[in-house]
Amino acid sequence: MLVIIILILLFPLAGFVVLGVGFRKISPRITAFIGPGTILVSFLLSVVVLISFYHFAILPSCHLFEWITIGPLRIPFEFLLDPLSCLMLLVVTGVGFVIHLYSVGYMKGDPGFNRFFAYMNLFIFSMLMLVLGGNYLVMFIGWEGVGLCSYLLIGFWYKNREYSNAAKKAFIMNRIGDLGFLLGMFLLFTTFGSLSFDRVFAGAQHLQPGDPAVVAITLLLFVGAVGKSAQIPLHTWLPDAMAGPTPVSALIHAATMVTAGVYMVARSNALYMLSPVSMAVVGLTGLVTALFAASVAIFQYDIKKVLAWSTISQLGYMFAGLGAGAFTGAMFHLTTHAFFKALLFLGAGSVIHALGGQQDIRNMGGLRNKLPKTWWTFLAGTLAIAGIPPLSGFFSKDEILHHLWEQSPALWILAVAGAMMTAFYMFRLLYLVFFRDFRGTEQQRNHLHESPRIMTIPLIILALLATVGGILNIPEIFCGRSNLGKFLAPVFPNIQHPGSSIQDPAASIPHPASHITEWALISATLAACLLMIFLAWRRYVQKGRGILPDGAAQPFAARLLSQRYFVDEFYETVIVRPLLSLSRMLHDGVEVRFIDRFVEGVGRAVTGAGNAVRYIQAGNVGFYMFMMIAGIILALVLNIFV
Amino acid sequence: MSALSTIPISYYLIFCSLLFCIGVVGVLIKRNALVILMSVELMINSINLLLAAFSVYMNDPAGQIFVFFIMVVAAAEVAVGLAIVVLIYRTTHSIDINVLNKLKW
Repeated sequence: MLVIIILILLFPLAGFVVLGVGFRKISPRITAFIGPGTILVSFLLSVVVLISFYHFAILPSCHLFEWITIGPLRIPFEFLLDPLSCLMLLVVTGVGFVIHLYSVGYMKGDPGFNRFFAYMNLFIFSMLMLVLGGNYLVMFIGWEGVGLCSYLLIGFWYKNREYSNAAKKAFIMNRIGDLGFLLGMFLLFTTFGSLSFDRVFAGAQHLQPGDPAVVAITLLLFVGAVGKSAQIPLHTWLPDAMAGPTPVSALIHAATMVTAGVYMVARSNALYMLSPVSMAVVGLTGLVTALFAASVAIFQYDIKKVLAWSTISQLGYMFAGLGAGAFTGAMFHLTTHAFFKALLFLGAGSVIHALGGQQDIRNMGGLRNKLPKTWWTFLAGTLAIAGIPPLSGFFSKDEILHHLWEQSPALWILAVAGAMMTAFYMFRLLYLVFFRDFRGTEQQRNHLHESPRIMTIPLIILALLATVGGILNIPEIFCGRSNLGKFLAPVFPNIQHPGSSIQDPAASIPHPASHITEWALISATLAACLLMIFLAWRRYVQKGRGILPDGAAQPFAARLLSQRYFVDEFYETVIVRPLLSLSRMLHDGVEVRFIDRFVEGVGRAVTGAGNAVRYIQAGNVGFYMFMMIAGIILALVLNIFV
Repeated sequence: MSALSTIPISYYLIFCSLLFCIGVVGVLIKRNALVILMSVELMINSINLLLAAFSVYMNDPAGQIFVFFIMVVAAAEVAVGLAIVVLIYRTTHSIDINVLNKLKW
């Protein structure tokens, strides 16, 4: 099993090394094989792992070598392969492979083609390290690695200053979260004496719920998740990260990197279950983020920004689910979200590609007939995200909503409000892009073409997954067997399993709802979402409204939302400007006056000494004579006195 | 000889020291190679004078014999030195010691 893990990690890493070293010399045709090929191998190996889960016993913790040994601190380099990491493996490599295929078509002709695939392979390697890590530190390597690759890939077209700034912003906000993660790790070590998952979770069994150390640890780790998964208040980097190529947005900022926070909390469920405070914080942050981001998405005009805010919102749902104890639900939603969000991003990329780089939906429209495959797959993705049965999004979102109802009906109502907004803005996007007449230039209209097969086949694959992905975890009331729940059951030992009838008194669900209540909830949610879809139809298709140019007068509420609640501006004034002026002050006051003088002074002193000593060898006869006479006089004087 | 003894030795000492210092300063400051050679001659001549003066005051003729030797050696040295300067001038057309600075490693 260790061998398979190493191979799964090795192929993307080898891809990165090969492409990174030879990126000037390897022809793009070979890169088109190496790039996706390595991920395909990892995916096939992950499938092998999945199959072996059902047939053989798995050695959970695979120890590679003793990594850090300092006194009592002993951190081995180990991997953990359990159902949760297996699920993440499949999602990462599967969706990753599909996106790599798409990128071969999307990035064709770009001068940085090889560099792109090198970075993408490095990213997959880091993400795999993250999900396979057997202790918090190995996970942290992957955590940092994906942050790095996010920076490299967002700023891929580095010659554009704005894109590089977006990349810097993403990386810095990630690092702020990482500070919390690090502090959490330190506290973990002092509390449990080890960072390995098996030891920490075993030690957690002996602690009381509400133990202050555990509360602190979980909150700190969650700070890391907030940064990585773009929750409020560290969410502003994600919309700006749309500066990167669309496959990057699909892979990193929809399907994999941003879900690392969710994975981490799910992995640490033993710790979170001990601390209701942290669960509440997680859940509330998630819910607030979900609503906040959904409200902003309604007013965005850039196709990718709508999807970015949508991602933030859906991640909020995942965290809300985690906070409510729906660990399986959150992981299920993570999986289905990976499918449909990647699909939506790739579809958006297809549209952008067809329009030659246009991203403003005010200049789109009527693309249904011109881009049929893109239209149908995008429709599938939109239906999935809006939660329309029988697509996958319906089942995953519903599971989270169910758990929220059981925590408190008020939470359910808020979540449904978010779902309504989700349906509204997603269908707004669909209508404005694909319906009515084309609003772009004549040149673009003639240039419109469906994307090549290498781009549409991934779309179709993802559309199929988004449509039928729900079968992973169909709950009881639909006569399903909650396969995913059962698969992940060993990872979440304290949770009541949806498919079983064991009532655990310590379970997180206080009173599981009856079937009638469940049907009522589902129907209410569905009706509300269908209503929103209809309202969006009325406004954007029938009446053709909702297209405002930049700078048009808007009522205050609309302006608040379309300017993203002015959070960016707030951060700019409160944090960025003071830091920059402090920086400038230190530069002018300390750097130039003291440090520069000192350093340059050393140089000048050396140069001056050199200039003086140079006379010995300068061939200057006058100096030689002078030295000779000076030496004679010195000898005489010394002779007299010594 | 006795008439010479009426001039105190210190006068000769100071005079020759001054001449010697003028010679040294000339060697250090002047850029013209010929002038440097002349200053060296000045130094040698001041020493000659001092030697002669001491030989009178000590009533020892050895000083004056030594002066003859020094004069011969000085003449030979000047001949060789001037020959070198002439040759240098033929090749580099300059006798400025700031220009003639190739005497390194």
